[in-house]
Order: sequence, then structure tokens, then C-alpha cells
Amino acid sequence: MTALLSVQGLTAGYGGMPIIEGVDLDVEENAVAVIIGPNGAGKSTLLKSIFALTKIAGGTIAMAGRDITGLATAALVPIGISAVPQNRNVFPNLTVAENLDIGTYAAPPRDRARTEANILALFPDLRAKLGQPAGELSGGQRQMVAIGRALMSEPRLLLLDEPTAGLSPAYLEKIFDLILDVRKTGVTILMVEQNARQALRIADRAHVLVNGRNFISGSGAELLANDNVRRSFLGGGEAA
Amino acid sequence: MIEFINYYLIPALTLGSIYALGAVGISMIFGILRFAHFAHGDLMTVGAYGVLTAVWFVPVHPLLLIPVGAALAIAAALAVDRFFYRPLRQLATIYTVISSFGVALIFRSLAQLLWSSDNQVLVKGVTPPLVLFGTFRIAALHAEAIALTLVIAVALHLFLTRSKTGRSMRAVSDEPELAAVAGIDTEKVIRWTWVIAAALAAIAGVFAGMDTTVHPNLGWNLQLAMFAAAILGGIGKPMGAIAGGFIIGLAEELSTYNWVGDNPLISPSYKTAVGFLIMVALLIFRPQGLFRGRLL
Amino acid sequence: MEWTGLFFYLVSFLIASGIYAILCLALNIQWGMGGLFNAGIAGFFAVGAYASAIMTTAPSDKHLGGFGMPVPVGLVAAAVLAGLAGWAVAKICVRLKSDYLAMASIGIAEILRLVIVNAERVTNGSLGIAGIPRPFDGWVQGRAADLLFLGFVWVIVAAAYVVSQRLHDSPWGRTLRAIRDNEAAARAAGKDVERFRLQTFVIGCAIMGVAGGLTAHEFKFLSPAATEPLMVTFLVWVMLMAGGSGNNKGAIAGGLGIWAIWSMTEILTNQLLPPEWITRSSYIRILLIGLLLQFVLQKFRSGLIPEASPPIRFKGD
Repeated sequence: MTALLSVQGLTAGYGGMPIIEGVDLDVEENAVAVIIGPNGAGKSTLLKSIFALTKIAGGTIAMAGRDITGLATAALVPIGISAVPQNRNVFPNLTVAENLDIGTYAAPPRDRARTEANILALFPDLRAKLGQPAGELSGGQRQMVAIGRALMSEPRLLLLDEPTAGLSPAYLEKIFDLILDVRKTGVTILMVEQNARQALRIADRAHVLVNGRNFISGSGAELLANDNVRRSFLGGGEAA
Repeated sequence: MIEFINYYLIPALTLGSIYALGAVGISMIFGILRFAHFAHGDLMTVGAYGVLTAVWFVPVHPLLLIPVGAALAIAAALAVDRFFYRPLRQLATIYTVISSFGVALIFRSLAQLLWSSDNQVLVKGVTPPLVLFGTFRIAALHAEAIALTLVIAVALHLFLTRSKTGRSMRAVSDEPELAAVAGIDTEKVIRWTWVIAAALAAIAGVFAGMDTTVHPNLGWNLQLAMFAAAILGGIGKPMGAIAGGFIIGLAEELSTYNWVGDNPLISPSYKTAVGFLIMVALLIFRPQGLFRGRLL
Repeated sequence: MEWTGLFFYLVSFLIASGIYAILCLALNIQWGMGGLFNAGIAGFFAVGAYASAIMTTAPSDKHLGGFGMPVPVGLVAAAVLAGLAGWAVAKICVRLKSDYLAMASIGIAEILRLVIVNAERVTNGSLGIAGIPRPFDGWVQGRAADLLFLGFVWVIVAAAYVVSQRLHDSPWGRTLRAIRDNEAAARAAGKDVERFRLQTFVIGCAIMGVAGGLTAHEFKFLSPAATEPLMVTFLVWVMLMAGGSGNNKGAIAGGLGIWAIWSMTEILTNQLLPPEWITRSSYIRILLIGLLLQFVLQKFRSGLIPEASPPIRFKGD
């Protein structure tokens, strides 16, 4: 199986100071891939540089075998990549329905009504909120709107930057479940997570980033069992 | 009562219409480009001169020639954005604010050069007022201005809530970075913002010019009241700006009515200070405006 | 004869540019050092001008006073009143972010000018105040008085420069620049940001008031027309941007340089343009200054003499 997304030797940062350096990353089709690592390891920068929100200084990015290095964000959406940023991930003064609608502008779905119906089937909570401004929703519901908006362009690859940041533990589980549901619809997921232990549990593939470089990669289960990873990144406890 | 309506309320609503149409553009530019556009009043002036010139060649009713003035104002706005504002887009917005002061002077001095600094009239002669129910006397222009402004407000609301471009504009105003993530073409949204803001400014300029005369300081003199209206309505809330425009217009005109005793409440020579004072008070006590707009 | 004409043209040029240099130094304290966007320079300038004029003119029934005081007393009054006006404005507006402060200050300046035009019993309205003395009026006559006044103006320029420079190099000035470049960090370090801003605004406005007073004494006559925002607020901004905001020498250089351009374009337009265009020549100059500002903003942002220690920049992830 060839990788859907293939990142090689990616270097990016601000003003000559690289934040990530020579990062390699392959994401298989229809997998959940997770990036974990300590604060300041460059996880978000990696995601942003894949999505052309940060200028890259070196390396290549390929999507389904096609070189997409240097393409602008607006050009990536039609190719089948969508992203959900960590903060400020909804348009607060737009209604939920309008938020979802915005997701179709850069890459109109083939069958808009069906796409929207599928998304609302994934997030039934949103159905009753369609006419409400997204700013009035709870944090978890906003995350659903944000993911829903990103799915409206029918992406093949969904980039999520810390989708559980700031959510209550109850919602945290729910969002991870939803991510697995999204995967079931055929979408490949690459996400950055702080809640490393839970993230590894749902990960097909995980990458640990330290100081802007690849540290270790493996399946979620492998990393959960790895002593070194447990000690350094999972709070030192026993494997759960 | 009749006197109050004929001589205070109707002119106040007319002034409010002018402010409303100017303030919408200021609010949208503030929301989407994130800077206070101090050349907006002068964009009104440009539009008014466009219609004035058109009237020389095609002597019909000035309101029918609004497209000419709007086209001139739109062209001016797009050119200024391309050559003066866009190169500063990546810097702190205050540089764009300073630039817009310069643009205001460029517009005004061009108006003075091309059309002279005299007061010029758009409509010659006197049109008899409309008489309603035998008592209400409304100048035709006032009725037209108020009605047209309300129509524009409804049309703008529909555009912003229903159309793809309108929703993109609100999205960029709400969360510019997320809009970029969603693949929205920000520069296209900015161009549309200028088109709409300049067209509405031109219409406001024509109303103002018909109500009095066309002169190079026409828009600049109205500008601070328009800022007050935009802030009152809440930055990035176009419908709020329309409401704000009417409120400021009413406040300015009605402050000169003889509410107490026989004398005007405020001497008419201080009328414009009312708008300024409301603006300053808002900035201090409620900068998010009455309708919960955004703060920069 | 031609040479003396040229010489006294130069004298009046240097008087005017000296007054602009003072305004630039004042704005540099507020904007260059404090990051405060004052778009109402004309208002504080006008308060100072009227204060000094009313204090120093002989008693008149056309306006308040005059009180017949010596010119230095008038200038002190100008500084105090403009500073007070600045204090009142700063007290309520200084928390506002730059765009809002620009709107508020321009609004207040317009209100001040409106009051000046309409408060006829105090200011004689649009008819203005005549017979404003110059310093040392009794000592010299005629053109020598211009020379003396030139010296007087530039002594004040030098004083304003020394004050600004002292402020710039003092711990107070360093704190101010720290606030300008990173307000959050300065706040975290326990600095009373509002108080520093208030002080900055008041000092700047007081100096603007002195410049206003000097203008009244220069022309010996004062009317609201002398406080036009175009010639006072806008031109000063162009001068400071072109000279180099943050640098006191740059502020003076900007005042001299832009006034030189302004004056020379006057000569040029008067000589080059056909007679029927002469009346419009000032509009061409305004157009040129507007374009010059755009050039400065795009290609020449640090100005003639850039700030010595460049501002500290922070960039988020």
C-alpha cells in the first residue's frame, strides 16, 4: 500500500531558525496517524507546514504520489486536504449551517445535500443547532462544527491540531470516538495530540517528535508498550 | 408636532441615511481589513463628483446617474487598495491607517484640482416638496434618500447572509485565519469589500451633495460622525452600522430642537460636536458598540 | 537686494521649520517612543496658540483678556493649558488601541476647534486675535526682529530636543519603549502602563501647545485658519515618518526636510505653472505630500535617521 501523504525531510521555521528539521512522515490511506511529543517539539508547525500555513525551508510533501510542495492552502483543499486548527476553529458569528456551508466554497462536494446529511449523521447533536451562531455552542460542539466544516469539501485527508484541547474528559472520549467514526467514512486522519495516551490507543500509526525531529515511530500499540515512550511522554505510569 | 416631523425628524432621517451608507463601508472595512479607513469620507466626495460630472453631460436626475459615481468611487478604491494599502498588508495595521490619511488628502486635492474648490450644485432649481395628508411636507430628495437606504439595507442583509461572497466576507471578518484554512480567497473578499463600500459611499456622497452642495470637503466633514455610527453599531456588523447611522443622524439633528423652552437644546453651530461626543463616549465606555461588535 | 530677500526668505523658512521641528519632537515622544497615535495635534496646538495669544496681547474688548503678559509667560500658559487638555484626553482615551485612539483624538481636536470658532467672547471667533507681540518687541524693529525671533524659536527647539533626548535615554524612556514594543511583558514586569502612557501624552501635548504659541507670535495674528488639521496634524505626521520616528534627530530632520520640500514646491509651482493654475498650486503640493507619504510608508519606513535601537520584535509560533 502506498502512502496517501508522504513528507520527506521537511524543514520549517521562522527567520532562519528551524522549528522542525528533516522530518519524515508517511500516512497510509484510511489510517489514523498521530503526532505526539513534548511542548515546543514543533508538532503544530509540522501540521501547519503541510497545510501551507507556514513557509517551508526544505523538504517535499506529496499527496497520493503527487508533489504538492509549495502549493497554497486554497489549492490544497480541492486536492482533498482539509484542516481544523487548534483554537478559533469556528466562525462564531456565523450559524452552524453557515459554518458548514463555508466548507464547500473552496472545493464544492459532488452531492452537497448528501455530504451534509452524512456529516449530520456523524454529529447528530448539531442537527438542532443549525440555526444558532457557532459562538454560542459548547467547546465540544464547536469541535464538531469545525470537523464538520472541514469534511464538507469531502477531503481524503483530514489534519486535526489538538482536537481535544480544552475539552472536559467526558467530551474527550466522545471526540476520539467521533474521529474513529470519521475514519470509517473513508477519510484518512493525521492529528497532533497532547493527550498522548488516549491518542495512541486509537492510532494506527504514531510519531513522536522531539526538538523538531523524528524521535520514534511505530503503531499506537507499540509505542504504548515502549518503556522509553512511556517514561518520557506518558507520565511514566504503567501501560494501561 | 407636524413642525417637528417636517423640519427635524425627516431631515434627521435623511442625515441618518447618509451616515448609515457611509458607516456600513467603514464597518465592513474595519471588520475585514482591520483598519480604520480615514479616506472613506473622501471616497464619498469622489462619488459625488462623479455624478456631478455625469450630470453636465447627461442632464437627467442625479440619482439616475449614481452608477457613474459608484463606478468612479469603486475604481478609486480598488486602485488605492492595490497601490497603497496592499503593500502594507503584512505590517501593523496602523501603517495602513496613516496611509489612509494620506489617501484622503490625495482624493481631496485631486477633487480640488479637477473640479475646483467651489460649492457646486447637483440639481438646479427648486423641487416642490411632496405633501402627504395635507400636512406632512417632505422634500423629494429626503423621501428618496430614506427609501433607497432602507432598500439597500435589506439588499445588503440578503447578500451577506445568502450569497457565497457575502458569507465569505462575514467569515473573513469573523476569523481571518480560519477563513484562509477553509481555502477562502481573502484577496477576492477584500476586493468585494471595496466594491460594496465604495459604491455605498458614492450613494451617500450624492445624497449629501444633493442635500447641500458638492465641495471637496463634503465627505471629510461627515466622516467622524460615520465612524461614530460604525462604532455604535459594533465593528464588523453592517446592519448595526446602518442602525448606528440613523441614531447618530437623529441625535445630531434632534439635539437642536427646542425640547426645553423656546431655544434649541444645543446651539446648531455645535451640532457636529454631538456626533463626535457620542463617538468619544462610546470609545471610552462601550467600544464594542450597542450590538456587541468586535474589538480590534 | 536680491540676496537680502533670499536671506529673509531663509529666515522665515527656518522659523516655520523650527516650529514644525518642535511639533515633530512632541509627536515623537507620543508616537515614536510611546506608540500613541495622536491624530489631534491641531487641537492641542490650537489650545496653546490661543492661550499664549490671550495671555500676551494688550487688553481688548473683542476677546478674553488680553492680559499683556510677557511672551515667556504666554508660552508657559500654552504648555500648561495644552498639557491639561492632553491630560483630560489621555485620562479617558489612553487605554484605547491605536485606531480607536486616532479616532478619539481627531474627534476631540475637532471639538476643540469647534469651540474656538464658536466661543467668540473668548477667541473672537473666526475674526481672530490681532496684535500678538513677539518676544523682545521693544528692543528691535523691522527685520532684525525676525532674526531675533528665529533665535528664540531655535533655542526652544534645542530645549525640546534636550528634554526629548533626556526622556529617551532615561529609565522612564526605556520603560516607555518596552511598553510600546511589548505591552504584555511590561505589564507582567509590574509597570503601570496607563500611567506611563498618560505622562507621555501630557508631555507631548504640552510641547505641542508651545509650538502653537510660537506660531501665534510668529504671525502676530491668530485665527482658526492657522489651526487647520492639514497643515498641523497631517504635515507633522508626514515629517515624523519621513524623518524617522523614534529618533529625535530624525524628528528635527523630518521637520526641516519636509518643510523644505513644501516651500520649494511652492516656488516651483508658482514659476512653472500657467497663471490660471497658480491658484490651484497648493492642491498640487498637497497631492505631492500625500504621494510622498505613501512612498515613505512603503520604501522608506525607518526614515532619514532611523531609531538607534530598533524595536524589539516578538513573533509567536
